[in-house]
Amino acid sequence: MAGKAWRSTILNLLRQWGLSFNGKDKIEAQEVSRVVGALKKGTLQPRTFIRGIQTVTLIPGDGIGPEISTAVMKIFEAAKAPIQWEERNVTAIQGPGGKWMIPPDCKESMDRTKIGLKGPLKTPIAAGHPSMNLLLRKTFDLYANVRPCVSIEGYKTPYTDVNLVTIRENTEGEYSGIEHVIVEGVVQSIKLITEQASERIAEYAFEYARNNQRASVTAVHKANIMRMSDGLFLRKCREAAEKHKDVKFTEMYLDTVCLNMVQDPTQFDVLVMPNLYGDILSDLCAGLIGGLGVTPSGNIGANGVAIFESVHGTAPDIAGKDMANPTALLLSAVMMLRHMGLHGHAKKIETACFDLIRDKKVLTKDLGGNSRCSEFTEAICQRVRDLD
Amino acid sequence: MSVTMAAALRGSLVTLVKGLSGPQWQQLACRPLSVSAALCGPEAPPARADATFKVTMVPGDGVGPELMTAVKDVFKAGDVPVEFEEFHLSEVQNMASEEKLDQVLTSMKNNKVAMKGKIHTPMEFKGELASYEMRLRRKLDLFANVVHVNSLPGYSTRHNNLDLVIIREQTEGEYSSLEHESVTGVIECLKIITRVKSRRIAKFAFDYATKKGRSKVTAVHKANIMKLSDGLFLQSCAEIAQLYPRIKYENIIIDNCCMQLVQNPYQFDVLVMPNLYGNIIDNLAAGLVGGAGVVPGESYSAEYAVFETGARHPFAQAVGRNIANPTAMLLSAANMLRHLNLDYHSNMVSDAVKRVIKQGKVRTRDLGGYSTTSDYVLAVTENLRHRPVY
Repeated sequence: MAGKAWRSTILNLLRQWGLSFNGKDKIEAQEVSRVVGALKKGTLQPRTFIRGIQTVTLIPGDGIGPEISTAVMKIFEAAKAPIQWEERNVTAIQGPGGKWMIPPDCKESMDRTKIGLKGPLKTPIAAGHPSMNLLLRKTFDLYANVRPCVSIEGYKTPYTDVNLVTIRENTEGEYSGIEHVIVEGVVQSIKLITEQASERIAEYAFEYARNNQRASVTAVHKANIMRMSDGLFLRKCREAAEKHKDVKFTEMYLDTVCLNMVQDPTQFDVLVMPNLYGDILSDLCAGLIGGLGVTPSGNIGANGVAIFESVHGTAPDIAGKDMANPTALLLSAVMMLRHMGLHGHAKKIETACFDLIRDKKVLTKDLGGNSRCSEFTEAICQRVRDLD
Repeated sequence: MSVTMAAALRGSLVTLVKGLSGPQWQQLACRPLSVSAALCGPEAPPARADATFKVTMVPGDGVGPELMTAVKDVFKAGDVPVEFEEFHLSEVQNMASEEKLDQVLTSMKNNKVAMKGKIHTPMEFKGELASYEMRLRRKLDLFANVVHVNSLPGYSTRHNNLDLVIIREQTEGEYSSLEHESVTGVIECLKIITRVKSRRIAKFAFDYATKKGRSKVTAVHKANIMKLSDGLFLQSCAEIAQLYPRIKYENIIIDNCCMQLVQNPYQFDVLVMPNLYGNIIDNLAAGLVGGAGVVPGESYSAEYAVFETGARHPFAQAVGRNIANPTAMLLSAANMLRHLNLDYHSNMVSDAVKRVIKQGKVRTRDLGGYSTTSDYVLAVTENLRHRPVY
């Protein structure tokens, strides 16, 4: 009921901005990004009726990517998740005119399924082409990066009770890639902030907060120094806040956020920010809960595309040795299930994973245990089956 | 249209670059950090100095004036031979003007040393892109900001026994105040990195490490994304590092650095970085040991030294409530005394502060206590009298 009302509001909003979805006026429920990774939610939501099996594009990635992807597939199978995988490999290829692009079959698959799960991709240094992540981001216009950081019980860090979400603008800002040497020894790098992108991310942040029962949104900025650019971003956040009065809105300087974050992370809820700050803060928050090995991440794009990924590296030193930790990719996959409305399966898999870590019996090396990736996976599968 | 804009841009860039083509920075290599220290007597007299030192004081906004009062009270009680020349410069209280800035600069030219609170920058954009804080920094060419993050014995946080130094370039980078609207709704903000300034800060960091007997310097950057600008910074650091074979050199990407800092901060020793990253890491690291109220900081140019708090916040919500924590400013004042070669007085002040913290009876609210600022200052002054004989 309420969900439907919101959806139509959002659709109207989208139309107001002049965004069109493949020229169609009618937008399917799936296409509007909804509940993304509400990891904090404890209650089971009534599962929406699913019409059969949905297809998801799987990009296993490099290094430990294939191992952890296999692990996730196994666990999904054990949980009987109605997901069908379509595996695609991604390498940078050069199209006509020398433009770097991702392989057409991968793009075609993503365009069809709209949902992707991706392992780590190798970023070759000085290979002449942009990083694969950047390429994917550009291809599907993945404008928002969402990372819920929730303390994992049983995996001890100096911080407990962290429960926050960072939402990062992912298309512009410092990462515009516009740089030039003005005279020898003087380099200018341009940070680009546009009204449209700022508005889009601000709206998304409030929408996310509302859909995931989050109480407040904090805009992180540096408008005291970058008065025009961050000023614009902040203005757009304020405008969005006006439209969403039910969600509390605060604004904070980036430095103040950093200062408070390491002292008391519990005071934060949803944080929204431009690209570079998001990059830094999302990793900082990941550090609070134990690193990138346990942090899920989702990228929301235009046209209803969403790619969920683990943000850790490819770990080439342990690749193929059955030592990798699939938790980050698994939690990202859980985020994906929630995005697709499969809350029951999401909850089941998440519970199994957290229970296993809490018990501390079967853990991979980076979590402080001695088990292999396959043993860890099998233990989760077992728990998933037990939960049935 | 775009041509004129480009020309204007170039103009402002040139002025920015001109500031560093002067000869003064090149002398840095052969010049000791504490210029004024060399001018005065070597031994700190136990009772009373022959002359007093004049120090410029800019209390700034927020709790700045309260912190400065704390410093003055402690100095008075400790009979410290320092005299302050106070200037109230504030943008929010309508007390900022070119004239005022000039007065501060003149005073600085004579004194070379200053204590400063944070001059608050209003967020609203009123046509002027550079704040007074930034202009003061640029006029004095205070290129290096040093924050020594040290855990306070007796006050326990999540990470104890921390000891790291953060060195930040603070005249260029993202803080160039060069912004414009290229088309409606699209704003370009320029980040400027120059080889000259990058090398200067790198050299400063290695010199600092050498002087203080530290073993490792880590450059913080984002050269994987900003290949040219941060690349230049990184390259400059690597080049300078070769001149210091005894000091280990490493580099780390800013996001990873932040993550490592909250997980395992002990791996770092001296960190050197461009402007914005410095702002982030300064605050983050200050947070690790107890917040903005306990970490002192200082800014250097070839000529001047400015002593301030490590994490610079006006803390306006605490004004007049007598709850601000003057620890950072007092420790900073102690550092200033050391800079003036008043070692005896410097130790006296810092020991008193540390003793009060260690005893744990009198603590301000931010450290979990119930005492007011004045109680705390009183406790410090009392401890000055119980000073041990060296």
